Formats: sequence, structure tokens, C-alpha cells
Amino acid sequence: MTEAELVPEQGWVAPRVAEEFPGIAIAWVEVEGPSGKSPEPVKRRLRQMSDRFHGGHAVHMRERPIPWAYRVFFRQIGLDPDRTRTPVEELALQRMKGGAFKSRNHLDDALTIAIVETGVALRAFDFEQVAGRLGIRLSGPGEELEGRPGELPHGTLVVADEERPLGLLFGATAAGRGVQPHTERILVAAVQVKGVPQIAVEEALWTCSIAMSAG
Amino acid sequence: MPHLLERSPIEAVPVQLDGDERLARNEMRRQIARLERELTELFASAFPRKRIEWDVAPAGGPRLLGIGELEEIRDGLANRIADVRGVLGDRAYVETKNRELLERMIAEPERFKWMRISNEDIGEPGCQHWHSRPRWGLLGMLVGWWRVKLSSGCPL
Repeated sequence: MTEAELVPEQGWVAPRVAEEFPGIAIAWVEVEGPSGKSPEPVKRRLRQMSDRFHGGHAVHMRERPIPWAYRVFFRQIGLDPDRTRTPVEELALQRMKGGAFKSRNHLDDALTIAIVETGVALRAFDFEQVAGRLGIRLSGPGEELEGRPGELPHGTLVVADEERPLGLLFGATAAGRGVQPHTERILVAAVQVKGVPQIAVEEALWTCSIAMSAG
Repeated sequence: MPHLLERSPIEAVPVQLDGDERLARNEMRRQIARLERELTELFASAFPRKRIEWDVAPAGGPRLLGIGELEEIRDGLANRIADVRGVLGDRAYVETKNRELLERMIAEPERFKWMRISNEDIGEPGCQHWHSRPRWGLLGMLVGWWRVKLSSGCPL
């Protein structure tokens, strides 16, 4: 993939959500799968990132504008970011516990690189399992998240396609909508909140795409 | 996320908004952002101190919260900040006393036999400690030759 080809698609945000949370947005790109084992350049980049990332970074990370913006948003939607960690803080914690950003598979490694480098929250779905455009909305009465028991409380914030919820916003992914080892087309989505600049979102998606096209 | 499922749909849906209520919720969110900034700064300044509670009870998100729930989060943050400030104030007092003690121990080790003061005791990062010990073991003990030895740091 070349830089010129990468134009993130902008998703929709339900009017009620946009009214309550100005600045919230979702954008995505399609990358090629299957994920598989990471190529050496991606593993090398993870090692370089591990060498650059120390305890001081982890401690001061939440003071940086983008990680802080996600922390604030987590509070505002009823999540405690010290229990349900923001994506970048979760990776920082894993780095400190594990001693390195450990390679898991190509997609996870690409997401790790992009999230740690930019602070932007990314997640992936199976492109073939997404109907139409992605968006953010509130769950409706009686709506469920596939693979989980019971109805979602009305008013739950979800990432959805044009037919159903694909996952909780900053939470679990619906069964069958996530990326599997055989997934050929992968949708990488960035959730933007107030305080996260558009350019950071584009950089995150671009970084992930480039890492996925490596090797 | 079982807490999501513990709430009934009726509880979970904020009352339909009118303009005033939305303004109130926006103001609550602004206050939450400000308090989160304060808590973040405290977190950074508290390093490397351990055993400080940072949790603020969540409201079972991710959801659109009502005004009452936002108020609870705001109050929880404010209370947590007050608690942490109190803990840090107490620790700072103890650490200052320990630093003074360390200075006296270094000046007169024989007055503080076998005393051990760690980096954590004085609020510094790392695993070093100062230990008042006799020179040359038993001989030093018998003749009263004491010194403060600084450990080499964290084990690998």
C-alpha cells in the first residue's frame, strides 16, 4: 500500500451521541490479511519501541494530551481508566510487566506500533462481516451483542455497522465480527474523542497500514 | 463486563434531554475533565511511591450517563484527589523526617547501630538502602567502629 492510496473512510455518529460528545468520530481503513506471523521488520520495530519505552514514559504517559483525552472520555462514559484501561495505557502496562512489547501476530503487532506511537485507540474487525459503514451509536431497547448473554442496557455506546452492534465502544467485540487467523480483509478503525487531533488519527491508521504491508 | 448487564434498561437511559439538562451534563463533563487533570498530575508527582489507591468507582459504562451518575463520578474524583493529597502529605512528612534521620546516621553511624533506611523510606526511586554496620565485622562491633554502607541497588 502506498501513502497515496490510504484515505481513511469517515464513519457516522448518531446525532444524540454527537450532541453529547462533541469531537467523537470513527474512521477506518481496510488492510490485507491474513494476519499470521509478523515479518522481521515489524518485530524489529517492536524491539526498538521497547528499548525506547521505559517506566518514566509509562508514568507520564497519562499527562500527554492524547492519552489524557481518552482517560477523560472513559470517565465521562462511566469507565474507570485505572480498571478498564485505555488502549495505549493497556499496552504500556503490558510492556512494563513483560519487559518488552512482545510479538503476537502481524495484526496485533501493527496495532501495537500504531497505538503506542500515536496514542490513538484502534481496533480491528473482519471486513467481510461488516455491513455497510461503521458508526457509533447508542444501543436500542432489547438489542444484544452477539456472543454475550442478555440484552445491552439501553443507552450503551456501541460501534455498529448499518445492521447491528459490532462491539462495545472500548469494550468487547461481538462474536464473529473480530479478526480470525484466516481473515483476508481487515478493517482497522480509529475512535476519536474530543482532544484527539484528526492528524493523529490519520497517522495512526497510516502507521498500522504500513506495518501491515511490511514484509 | 458483567456490570453492564446488572443495570436494567430503565436505569440506564438518561431522561430525555432538554436544553438545560444537556447543559448541566456538559458542565459535569467539563468538571470531570478538570478533576481528571488534577488526578493525573498527582499520579505523576506521586511516583515512585506505592500503595496509593487511585480507583474511582465506575458507573457501568460505556454508556450515556445521566446527570446523577456524572455527579457521582465528579464527586468520586474529588474525593479521590482529596484522599491522595492527604496520603502524599503524610508521606512527605515521614520522608522528610527519614531524610533528616539519614543525615544524622551518616554523620554518626555508631549512634544508629544496624539501622537501615531505604530509598522508599525517603521517597526516592530505586532499591538502594543505607545500612549502619560495624567495620570488619565482630572486631568493629567490639571496638565501636561503625560506618554507613550504601547497597548497590536493585537485584537483577
